[in-house]
Amino acid sequence: MPRSLGGREGSPFTGIGPVYMKELADHLSSVRMLVLTLFIIVFGAFPVASSLQQLRTTIGSDAYLFLRIFTIEPEQVPIPFVQALNFVIPLMAIGLGFDLVNSEFNRRTLSRVLSQPLYRDALLLGKFLAGLTTLAVALAALWLIVFGAGLLLLGLPPRGVEVARALGFLVVAVAYGGVWLAVAMFFSVVFRSTATSALSALGLWLFFFILWPLIAQAITRAFVPPEITSLDQYIGLQELALALQRLSPGTLFSEAVLALLNPETRTLGPMLPSQMRGAIMGAPLPLGQSLLLIWPQVTGLIAGMIVVFSASYVIFQREEVRA
Amino acid sequence: MSDNVIDARGLLKLYGGARVVDAIDLSIRRGEIFGLLGPNGAGKTTTILMMLGLTEISGGSVNVLGFNPVRQPLEVKRRVGYLPDAVGFYDNLSARENLIYTARLLDIPRRETEARIMEALRSVDLADVADKRVATYSRGMRQRLGIAEIVMKKAEVAILDEPTSGLDPHATFELLEMIRRLKRGGVAVLLSSHLLDRVQSVCDRVALFNQGKIALMGTVVELANKVLGAGHPLLIEATGQDVAGTLGSIAGVRQVVPAGEGAWRVTADHDVRAEVAQRIVSAGGALTKLSDLQPSLEEVYTRYFQEARHAA
Ligand SMILES: Nc1ncnc2c1ncn2[C@@H]1O[C@H](COP(=O)(O)OP(=O)(O)OP(=O)(O)O)[C@@H](O)[C@H]1O
Ligand SMILES: [Mg+2]
Repeated sequence: MPRSLGGREGSPFTGIGPVYMKELADHLSSVRMLVLTLFIIVFGAFPVASSLQQLRTTIGSDAYLFLRIFTIEPEQVPIPFVQALNFVIPLMAIGLGFDLVNSEFNRRTLSRVLSQPLYRDALLLGKFLAGLTTLAVALAALWLIVFGAGLLLLGLPPRGVEVARALGFLVVAVAYGGVWLAVAMFFSVVFRSTATSALSALGLWLFFFILWPLIAQAITRAFVPPEITSLDQYIGLQELALALQRLSPGTLFSEAVLALLNPETRTLGPMLPSQMRGAIMGAPLPLGQSLLLIWPQVTGLIAGMIVVFSASYVIFQREEVRA
Repeated sequence: MSDNVIDARGLLKLYGGARVVDAIDLSIRRGEIFGLLGPNGAGKTTTILMMLGLTEISGGSVNVLGFNPVRQPLEVKRRVGYLPDAVGFYDNLSARENLIYTARLLDIPRRETEARIMEALRSVDLADVADKRVATYSRGMRQRLGIAEIVMKKAEVAILDEPTSGLDPHATFELLEMIRRLKRGGVAVLLSSHLLDRVQSVCDRVALFNQGKIALMGTVVELANKVLGAGHPLLIEATGQDVAGTLGSIAGVRQVVPAGEGAWRVTADHDVRAEVAQRIVSAGGALTKLSDLQPSLEEVYTRYFQEARHAA
């Protein structure tokens, strides 16, 4: 159906299928993909192997044994699997996305491709979706490996609710990767040089990982009055600190994952005595409750992805095609 | 609609305040080869990009095959083949794979794809290397692959931006031959270039671009008459006594200029070849060469811009 968008005729999605298929084939057959896969396996295998070793001693005493593979902090390797992912997923996404658009400029293929019947919309969205699919495939593979290893080494099947929670975790991980993929693609639209765009995306990633927590602390400290006189004041400060932290996609990811994989998590904000009332410490929440709890985090991640993608879209529309 | 495949009226492009394309009127007729000629930065590429809807139009209008590239870019791009200057392909893919991607974008039915690609590659002599990665292709081969893409597309109009730049004389000759073949297939061709003598031979009509304006437009002969003045230039090589004097005394000869050892250039009001031959022989000389010089676009161009500079 012809659709009009700002006076243009024809669907903005014309041609998105071929773009998606080509990009996906490129990703899946690329050496880079192989490197990235090795990368996450190495990063994931260590924590998982050591948590499995530790978990074998606690079989039977834990209702959510399977989920602990993802979350416990093994003695030998002091990073849980999810934290390793928190760190590695952005790297993967940046690795896939930093040259999505500017490589077309540099290969001088952009004007030739855009002289075929498709809008820039389709090119950008097709590339993004192909990157996201690749990311999802890699993460799903990793997820299956962890699950398989768990089955083999723990020797007992996970319960349905554990599988459901672990699947939820996979979805959150893909959304988190999507944010960073959008960021990487944004830089690939803004900068013609692939090195510059890679560096910028990595710089932003380092900023959020290393500097942002410190900055958030400093800002909060600036708001601390000489004397804290009321509980409200205290909570206000806590909330400010948390709100600042949540501007980092990594925080949203950890919070969502925490609530999904630790069913005992009852709140993701500062906890008040009123919220504790009637709650038996250690009693797990039903899955529905946990999902409600992480809803803001998940929508935050998806909204972030959409905002960054839209920014790239706006810039790309105005860009001159000639190299 | 008329016989025109492309119609531009008052087409305007501003970059900042600069009028890069300055309200030009231009028509390309069905089945002709039209040359857009001009120095670097004259606005040729910008004009082409506006025709394809690949850059915004600041004013005026352009109509391509009855469609408006601003509002109906997909319709235009389905029917027009474009070879950008310094065309690029995906180096990691073969020529065939590159064309398959284009075919998918064009939504060519799958069972036709293979045949159309091979036919197109055969028409530009790339069938033998169809499965080699494009990374191994020379510049001339890439340029030919670009033509193959247009052939496969079955475009009604082909727009070629500097198709011969960076090619050696032989590759240029081959490429021009392919452009002629496009024309024989009924495709209207718009090509841009600053290499005048090479494109002169293929163009039915040309437009001379200068600083965003069309300075002159017409057939090469028309332009020559306008800029160089009417006349028949001849090149004569002969031996004998006072050849120049003999030539100068022929009725209708306006100018005799020495052009090297035993050679002269003659400009006359009409065709004086028969008389020249007769007079030289009867004066006891020997005529070794007598040729009708085509007016050269190069000359037109140089003269025109010299005069334009003088006028400024
Ligand atoms: N994105 C841009 N911003 C500002 N000015 C531009 C831009 N693109 C092109 N120009 C200017 O527009 C003018 C015309 O450029 P154009 O590329 O159309 O010339 P051309 O005739 O194709 O030249 P060439 O023979 O070098 O290819 C030039 O002076 C150029 O500097
Ligand atoms: Mg140009």
